[in-house]
Amino acid sequence: MNALTPFLDNLNALAGGLFLLCAFGMVATRQARGCLNWFILQSLLLAASAFLLGWLHHSVHLFGVALVNVVAKPVIVPWILRRTAPAEIYTRREIDQALNIPTSLLIALALVIFAFFLAQPLAAAVGPDFRGPNVPIGIAGLLLGAYTLTVRREAVPLIMGLLAMENGAFLTGIALARDLPMLVELAIATDGLIIVVIVGVLTRAVEQHVGTTAVGELASLRESAAETTGREGAE
Amino acid sequence: MSVLIILLLPLLAAVLACVRGHRLWAPVVTVAANLAGLTLAVRLVWATAAGHSATAVMNFGLWRWIAVDGLSALVLLLVAFVGATASIYSAGYMAHGDLKPEKLRLYYANYNLFIFSMLAIPVLAEPTLVWIVVELTTLCSALLVSFDNTRAALEAAWKYVVLSLMGAGVALFGFLVLFAAMQATGGGVYTWGGLVTAAPAMPPVLLRTAFVLILIGLGTKVGLVPMHTWLPDAHSQAPSPVCALLSGVETTAVLYVILRLLPVMQAAPGLRAGTWAMALGLASAGTAAFLLLQVRDYKRLFAFSTVEHMGIILFAAGLGGAGGSQGAVMQMLSHSVTKSFCFFAAGAALLTLGTRQIASVRGLFRSSPAAGAALLFGALAIGGAPPFAVFLSEFSIIRSGLVQHRYLATLLLVLFITVAFFGIMRHVNRMVFGRPEAGARGSLAAPVPLPFTCRLALLLSAVPVLVFGVWMPDSLHALLRQAAQTLVSP
Repeated sequence: MNALTPFLDNLNALAGGLFLLCAFGMVATRQARGCLNWFILQSLLLAASAFLLGWLHHSVHLFGVALVNVVAKPVIVPWILRRTAPAEIYTRREIDQALNIPTSLLIALALVIFAFFLAQPLAAAVGPDFRGPNVPIGIAGLLLGAYTLTVRREAVPLIMGLLAMENGAFLTGIALARDLPMLVELAIATDGLIIVVIVGVLTRAVEQHVGTTAVGELASLRESAAETTGREGAE
Repeated sequence: MSVLIILLLPLLAAVLACVRGHRLWAPVVTVAANLAGLTLAVRLVWATAAGHSATAVMNFGLWRWIAVDGLSALVLLLVAFVGATASIYSAGYMAHGDLKPEKLRLYYANYNLFIFSMLAIPVLAEPTLVWIVVELTTLCSALLVSFDNTRAALEAAWKYVVLSLMGAGVALFGFLVLFAAMQATGGGVYTWGGLVTAAPAMPPVLLRTAFVLILIGLGTKVGLVPMHTWLPDAHSQAPSPVCALLSGVETTAVLYVILRLLPVMQAAPGLRAGTWAMALGLASAGTAAFLLLQVRDYKRLFAFSTVEHMGIILFAAGLGGAGGSQGAVMQMLSHSVTKSFCFFAAGAALLTLGTRQIASVRGLFRSSPAAGAALLFGALAIGGAPPFAVFLSEFSIIRSGLVQHRYLATLLLVLFITVAFFGIMRHVNRMVFGRPEAGARGSLAAPVPLPFTCRLALLLSAVPVLVFGVWMPDSLHALLRQAAQTLVSP
């Protein structure tokens, strides 16, 4: 505890609020490029929050988390995406989301309120030391990421949705589980990068063989449609 | 030490498989590595069954996160066994199409990485690290699912990756909450064993939240209803040896992680995790049994059967007690060996006929006796007909359900198992018996002969399916008993 504590707390709350805003941004943006930018900003805010909490609680682990987030997500993720996924994905504008944007934002708002309800008993159980905006906002980030995944159809926003879910889990994690071993933190960060590689390669394959990156529209596999799809397997 | 070698072997094989060489190089390396891994795993299982903990000497530093007990030795053995048979099967199956050499190398490299990630699940004992390797299984198998690069395969791979990773995000949150629950008790070693010890002192809210999140998150990957929608797609579109791995052991290995939490939940007072597991298990078994009836693609048939069996295992583990746990681990064993055999058989049929449509196959027995016999054998075995291993394990689950006076739940389970049996047999009968119709795809003038290694893999994997139904080696029996004890809270 020092004189800076309230100030740092407030700064952390600010970072949390902006983090949530980025999640909204991802729901609302139509361009793949914009979605990527929101994600980068969100990761930086996650790093900021980790740094501030690390300062507050004198935890070297959290500095590590902050560093990993600054390096892995804003720098390496876009780099990998550019190498694996086809380049013209970035310029593409997603015309038809499953729901229009105002409706999406309303649902997102409802999810955030829901997240605050969910967080209350959790935050109460872990003790006063852990109160703060991280737990509810992390849950909200997780839910909004999942929501992005369900309404988006283009590949890049889908990848961002996946990584945003992880960001959300992490934002809660740095408050709830701040003594997680460093090895684990590193492994989780690496894992995020592997996600981008694999899904990027998959996107390229879809684009090459199917001719679209609107992967959400691939929906031929079900019992009734088996007649048309079943034949290709033998090749 | 042998644990580490088991883990390193597939990594080494993955690197070696990438080396440019003769067309047989990559398959030979893969088969050799997997057979060596199986041998080591069997030795490890013997040692564990005899009561020598192979990992006690490594209880320091990073090694404290590596631990093998009865339950994890069982899963390790299953992964190693199916990994070995599927690698033998791959050698013939993948050589059949005219694949480019570099694509083939990619297949084997990916195959070995996938095996590595699955072997790591039971070996690691630190829950967040286990979460990471579960995630790795998804990532390593994604490109195997999409391997054929057809529209259908790519779609299946996308669904698989997106839904599994979505589930993984939820599960990660669960594991972090679990860690917080552990910290709230004042620390301790965050491993499966440490969790059971610390459970009584954990705040129940955190423990319950963690369990629900992990059940939903990893349940997605296991294919529990209602998160099962991706499973029939991915498990039917992948090349058949990969299907055998996905359906036979990947689901079981991930379910193992959920089962690990049950004793933790039992150790904490007042959380009825067993009931939840039973309900979810019944829902999965029931839904899958009825969905089985209306499939048109025989690989999807076996995929739905996997959902059903995962439900049965979860049900048995939720039932708990000595009987339920014993039934659950036996069912894990019998399902893994049988389902991998079924997919080998389905692959054999696909290879000879070139179609997956149930409706366009007639009289397989006449056009290709080996594939027909294998398919019939697999269907009877997975459906739970008497002399086979699945019958024995399902019977013991039902018996322990009745002993524990869970009459209604057990009755429902019996009903679902029966429906599934008739569903599978109805479809397979149509395919195997009868006379090949003129013009139907099943009556190709000269069916493609089955490659030698495919026959060999079918034969090898048929042995445990049949033998474990009537006789089980003592060491395996001891291992199952130990595994069942792990599931029951001390």
